[in-house]
Amino acid sequence: MHTFEFIRPADPAAAIAAAAQAQTAQQGADVRFVAGGTTLVDLMKLNVETPARVIDINRLPLDKVEATSDGGLKIGAIVRNSDLAHHPTVQRDYAVLSEALLAGASGQLRNMATTSGNLLQRTRCMYFRDTAMSCNKREPGTGCPAITGSNRGLAVLGTSEHCIASNPSDMCVAMAALEATIHIQGPKGSRAIAFGEFHLLPGSTPNRETVLEPGDLVTHVTLPPPRSGSKQVYLKLRDRASYEFALASAAVVITIADGNVTYVRIALGGVGTKPWRSHEAEAALAGKPANAANFRKAAEAAMRDAKPQSENKFKIELAKRCLTHALQMAATS
Amino acid sequence: MRDEDPQSGPSNTTRRAFLLTTGSTAAATVIAACVPTHADSIVGQSGSVAGVADGPNIEGAVPITLRINGKDHQLRIDPRTTLLDCLRETVALTGTKKGCDHGQCGACTVHVKGRRVNSCLSLAVMHDGEEITTIEGLGTPDSLHPMQAAFVAHDGYQCGYCTSGQIMSAVALLKEPCGPEDAAVKELMSGNICRCGAYANIVAAIQQFRKNT
Repeated sequence: MHTFEFIRPADPAAAIAAAAQAQTAQQGADVRFVAGGTTLVDLMKLNVETPARVIDINRLPLDKVEATSDGGLKIGAIVRNSDLAHHPTVQRDYAVLSEALLAGASGQLRNMATTSGNLLQRTRCMYFRDTAMSCNKREPGTGCPAITGSNRGLAVLGTSEHCIASNPSDMCVAMAALEATIHIQGPKGSRAIAFGEFHLLPGSTPNRETVLEPGDLVTHVTLPPPRSGSKQVYLKLRDRASYEFALASAAVVITIADGNVTYVRIALGGVGTKPWRSHEAEAALAGKPANAANFRKAAEAAMRDAKPQSENKFKIELAKRCLTHALQMAATS
Repeated sequence: MRDEDPQSGPSNTTRRAFLLTTGSTAAATVIAACVPTHADSIVGQSGSVAGVADGPNIEGAVPITLRINGKDHQLRIDPRTTLLDCLRETVALTGTKKGCDHGQCGACTVHVKGRRVNSCLSLAVMHDGEEITTIEGLGTPDSLHPMQAAFVAHDGYQCGYCTSGQIMSAVALLKEPCGPEDAAVKELMSGNICRCGAYANIVAAIQQFRKNT
């Protein structure tokens, strides 16, 4: 691990000031905020992350889960995954989020990992994590050996010729379906970003993963008021029953009236280069009878643009069945 | 569960003391990066501060206090030091084990403020002033924690390397939402890997403990 200066700021403004001189907030950042450490410390040990300054945000007052004035929920940046998953309001009104959080990692890691940290969870692509390998995400322009190499766990949606790394987060899939908003404070003030616009597709710059700029601190995430009468499901398929990343997952929020779908939000995990909101699947289901045939059609629509790699063609059918099954679970719950 | 006194005399040299005095490359490198403020800290004992000697001056070392198993330890550590390395190398509490060192195996599980965490993925400086509990703080060979006794009764180990992490995880699990069935225990223990495959006995030990309390 490279040496770094460790700073514990007194308040968010001091944290932002301490990070503002950074060259970038993306891969290669010379300044990093640390919360749980479950991604950052791991990658620092691998020398994939080499910040010269690490800013500890664990004692900032960003650890609350509170109701918002419009009936939604405000989740502080350093709320731990375990606390969020077991929060009574989340369990009651945003069950898909609770289920997604509990499907991720282990009991220990969920006690450490935070809301903002999970937004920034990095890919598990083995080429990204190994500095002996080329990787366009880690070292732009060096190439992507995953495309011709080990890619069984990697993405089939949102890929480019430069990068096929999959986003590993479960929490983000649920937040995409819940249409969360990410709140950022930076050197130029505060701003709110719709969840779907926070993560970037790899394109020709896979080293840029989010819209974050130097000094930007995610302070909290808000969820809109819960959809009354909605059914919510997070279904995760993986190589073992627990403590494993998704091969495919689906987050579903659906409202059915008189047998017809009156509202539906769908996001997929494990298959996309970012948490994958599927407007295509939603459009295929909106207003239609809630039955198995239409659920399958929605799944076909979700994966229509999927591009398989040499080892992960199975993911396309797996994701379709995952979404179809999740919709059936929600409809019959 | 407790290792022998690492500063045993030459006539009773332990493996750890041997490594410390012979300057084994690996041991020396890690020890140099994690220097206790006082010589007595290295054996994790409070009491007399007579003969206190500051360690070599490590550039960028940060003073912190960790309350480990009820005792305050004032340390100067390189910010890179993980909580795991700090516990093992600086404070010489070697009951906490290093397995994968990447948060994948659970051997390093300890409690911070009463909650189980992977000490390998946390920097010690992040825990200044916080309460840490390790396996050494749970029970002693003469007075086992009931969970330790349950693991013994059910043979919940083979080689024993993952055991301290398994027990720390199991004890923390008792305070977490967990259904009554074996499947719920397995799910919540999935962050602790046992390469010997003692899982069935580990679950039995935890379930016996839960039934009896």
